[in-house]
Amino acid sequence: MSFGPHLLLAVLEGLVTSAVLALTALGLSLVFGVMRVVNVAHGEFFMLGAVLAWAISSMVPGYPSLGFLMALLLSPLIVGAVALLAERLVLRRLDYNPEATIVATIGMLYVIQQLALTFYGPEARAVPPPFNFRLQLPWFGYSGYKLSIIAASIVLMLATWFVLTRTRIGLVMRATQYDRETAQAFGIPVDRVYAGVFALGAMLAAVAAVLIVPIQQAHYLMGLDPLLLSFIVVIIGGLGSLRGTVIAALIIGVSDGVISVFFSPTLAKIIATSAVAMVLVFRPQGLFGTAPR
Amino acid sequence: MKSDMGSGKAIALHLVVIAGLFGLGFILPEYHHGVLARVMVLAVFAMGYNILFGYAGLLSLGHAMFFAVGLYGAGLTMIHLGWGAPAGFAAGVVAGAVLALGVGVLALRTTGVAFMIVTMMFSQVFYLLTLYFSAWTRGDEGLVIPQARRGLDLGAMRLDFTDPMTRYMLALGLFATVLLLTLGVARSGFGRVLVAIRENEERTKMLGYDTFANKLSAVVLSGTFCATAGAAYALLFGYVGSTFASVQYSIFPLLWVLLGGAATTLGPFLGTLFMYYVVDIASGYTSAYMLIVGLLLILLILYFPKGVLGTVRERWLRWLP
Repeated sequence: MSFGPHLLLAVLEGLVTSAVLALTALGLSLVFGVMRVVNVAHGEFFMLGAVLAWAISSMVPGYPSLGFLMALLLSPLIVGAVALLAERLVLRRLDYNPEATIVATIGMLYVIQQLALTFYGPEARAVPPPFNFRLQLPWFGYSGYKLSIIAASIVLMLATWFVLTRTRIGLVMRATQYDRETAQAFGIPVDRVYAGVFALGAMLAAVAAVLIVPIQQAHYLMGLDPLLLSFIVVIIGGLGSLRGTVIAALIIGVSDGVISVFFSPTLAKIIATSAVAMVLVFRPQGLFGTAPR
Repeated sequence: MKSDMGSGKAIALHLVVIAGLFGLGFILPEYHHGVLARVMVLAVFAMGYNILFGYAGLLSLGHAMFFAVGLYGAGLTMIHLGWGAPAGFAAGVVAGAVLALGVGVLALRTTGVAFMIVTMMFSQVFYLLTLYFSAWTRGDEGLVIPQARRGLDLGAMRLDFTDPMTRYMLALGLFATVLLLTLGVARSGFGRVLVAIRENEERTKMLGYDTFANKLSAVVLSGTFCATAGAAYALLFGYVGSTFASVQYSIFPLLWVLLGGAATTLGPFLGTLFMYYVVDIASGYTSAYMLIVGLLLILLILYFPKGVLGTVRERWLRWLP
């Protein structure tokens, strides 16, 4: 294959990564933005989504589309319930202190990871894709399912954007993010908003995981990479900036795809991680965010 | 006057602990003898972490890089450049101080949550570099320093680091040195400024202290202690691998210090010892030791945020350093 098509393939792969990454990072960004909580267990909610997707779809053998559809609906709901429980039992009691919640979510990371290892096992398992359709390009065939991931991600991002900017729920969330105390004084149930946002963040990660699991197998250690990449995206994109998150996910995903194809995946990660550390050091509000008040 | 009484008691307590560990070196059965030697080296790592987290109140999620740079600084120079044990050890310690200075200058531009993430990112870059240069480091698989190299010729006598008793006493020597240094720091003006920064940075700045310089010194001291632990680990146990640079080894010192008591001199050792045995005993019954680590972290932060010795100090022994 010559350079041009090779590059196209790398960009397509990068776009798929970006699509999944944007959803995961959006979850992290919402939790960070509204609650000021750095959720280190975010990657484990992603992993839990993938593992549950396998468990659910293997309950309906023979019907990959039905199994996948059920996984897409049920897995995020279960993950959301787990997150809600964690929020009520642990984070609320810590009064959302930023440092204490980091330690607590590290604890959750280990607990969830170990439970997945104990009950799911160390194997990597794939979920059959809901459909097998190949788009035949002049140079190579490309999986239709991968393209549908990109489409699904765009739809979900638009839905989130709509909820955040055009509905009452979004208004309440933004008010809480802007000033917790004033929001409370105006009768907004800040406590319930926090619980809802934490669950929503985990559910976004779970949806992303269900989408990726037909092309990347479910494994109990799969949560670390999305966690680090989401951090990178959230930091580069700027806190609470939906547009920034999407742009950063595109930059990171596509450059990761291109560097991985032409150089080495480790080098790609080294470059991305150093770049983000430098962004944090020299431009803490992110490339697209506004300076904090 | 009262604080002078306390200081006498505090120094006596530390000397008793060191003497007790010295005595244990002769009577412990073989297995626990080996465990304690390892725990003392890891406790140095925890004490280094404690300087920054406990006293200066800066929570780093990247201290694995300091331990690992000491480990690799000693290991790589000894294996690839054929350096002797003392030179290798020195290389590890110096590498730690230099890395800590560089990381400190950059990371201290941020505060709070950003500081945690920046340190984690730097540590992750270091970890990935150990994988990327696997031609020299052999990545996850790691390197073993040959037994013949792990020793010191003193004229006619040879100090063999692979001998359990020598290893124990060297670990104890390092542990005692760093413990007494920590005690010195905690009681010095520098230590008090660090605590003041932890409690209220703005006020400390207003009183005329250069908070950046003090915090930077804390990062360098902390990183150097951790690198010393890493270099000693390489020499005494002979294995150098990238696992020691992974995120897990940034979390462990945090756990040990939280458990034993942040900003207490003996807390890090107590936490390390306790965790080592908990994981050791638990792994005899179940492979799910990570569950215990996780639950312990959550329970500690919920109910005992001051750790064992921190709680003891608050309730009973006010003089405990």
